[in-house]
Amino acid sequence: MSNGTLQVKAISGHAGTVPGQNTSRDYDVCKLIDVTTCIGCKACEVACLEWNGYPFRETVFDNTYQTMPDLAWNYYNLIRFNEHTAEDGTFSWLMRKDQCMHCADPGCLRACPADGAIVQYSNGIVDFQQENCIGCQYCVTGCPFNIPKFNAETKKVHKCTLCSDRVGAGLEPACIKACPTGCLHFGSKDDMKDLAEKRAAQLRDHTSHKSAGVYDPQGVGGTHVMYVLHDINNPEAYGGLPKDPQIPLLVRFWKGPLKWIGNLAIIGGIVAAAAHYVRFGPKTTEEETKS
Amino acid sequence: MSAAGTVPRYTYRERMMHWLTALAYSYCLLTGLAFYSPHLYWIAQVLGGGATSRSWHPIFGVGFFAIALWMHSVWHRDMRMTDTDRRWLDKMQDYARNQDAALPASDRFNAGQKLFYWLMYYGAAALLVTGLFMWFPEYIPFSLAWIRPLMAVLHASAALVTIGGFIVHVYMSVFFVPGSATAMLFGNVSAAWARAHHRLWYARTTGSGE
Repeated sequence: MSNGTLQVKAISGHAGTVPGQNTSRDYDVCKLIDVTTCIGCKACEVACLEWNGYPFRETVFDNTYQTMPDLAWNYYNLIRFNEHTAEDGTFSWLMRKDQCMHCADPGCLRACPADGAIVQYSNGIVDFQQENCIGCQYCVTGCPFNIPKFNAETKKVHKCTLCSDRVGAGLEPACIKACPTGCLHFGSKDDMKDLAEKRAAQLRDHTSHKSAGVYDPQGVGGTHVMYVLHDINNPEAYGGLPKDPQIPLLVRFWKGPLKWIGNLAIIGGIVAAAAHYVRFGPKTTEEETKS
Repeated sequence: MSAAGTVPRYTYRERMMHWLTALAYSYCLLTGLAFYSPHLYWIAQVLGGGATSRSWHPIFGVGFFAIALWMHSVWHRDMRMTDTDRRWLDKMQDYARNQDAALPASDRFNAGQKLFYWLMYYGAAALLVTGLFMWFPEYIPFSLAWIRPLMAVLHASAALVTIGGFIVHVYMSVFFVPGSATAMLFGNVSAAWARAHHRLWYARTTGSGE
């Protein structure tokens, strides 16, 4: 990204090849979450708060491992916990790190009316610019993952930035750095896809998770946050991950055809009124006719 | 009838009522258009910025509805559609072509005005209800998330319908029917105007059988 122009091409007096010489730095970034190795330690939650400078929120104990019921404007990253009984009667704890998915076709951005409040970087990060946010929450309407959260006090909407400030400086997101099990990975989308498919194949071949797979929903053009799931056929079990997320059809209609129909109707109405005036002119009354 | 051949048409209260709804509607129209199209977002900047516009738009909207209710309490009797109005509506094309001779006589408001009134009245109600959902989307649970875009589409559609009415209303009062705008500003119309446009009302209020 920003360091692309500073990629080392040659090094003086250096034995061997230049490190990373042939790797492409012009990539789409991607976070890969292998839920099969997540232990629910919440180091990512803490790292997220620390990097973004938010205080720890009040937790809500619901007799499970979940920190609180939902994400919040100052809590971008939450481990979703679910006690799951499979069809064969086996019981498991499902933990999923929930945060913005950084869709390639972001519904939030499509819905947003404020100039510059949501930007999508060429590396795939979708970022909210609070200084341009008007607090209308259309992004909440557009998001199929229930991610953007409203701060009622400042009237601004917040969500995971994929640590655009860190990634822009060549660092990995804070959550990645904090993960102790290596369940979080970060790199180019191609590399992460490759890694994810390998891991899913490994699960299918060597464990009982015969339907393990990679979650990279194409309904939103693919995402820059992917999951490896034990059971790709039942993403809903992981704290309500939608099976086939789409930007709501009504949002597309609202932001597409309705806009053009409306624009044409308004302009047509004004033109028709002017044409009518030219054709028929104003009404007259006896008095005015006399004078 | 007063000395100068004028007839009082709108009381001070009625005129205030009208101009307050006009103000509230215009504010909502302008800021709403700014949210509606990126090409019109500059309107929000002119009116104090996007965030300011977003804060005030729903408040002015509630104000618009509240004054509309007040207006309704004053005007709803005058706005009732009659059989004469239905006959008038059948001949609306003649009215639009300035061939008024064959039209049935109108009371205080003609059928076109009544149509506009009811369009704005129900439009205001629809905008209020759908607008409330858009005002506080965070209280709609995610399992009912489909309500949010539905309300947004209905809100925009209702707004477009009222804009259609608004264009016709402004065109007719300012350009097409001279004397209407001044009537709403100063309250009076000429006797000739009243006779020409609202014969029944003229006869009723002045007692001149015609």
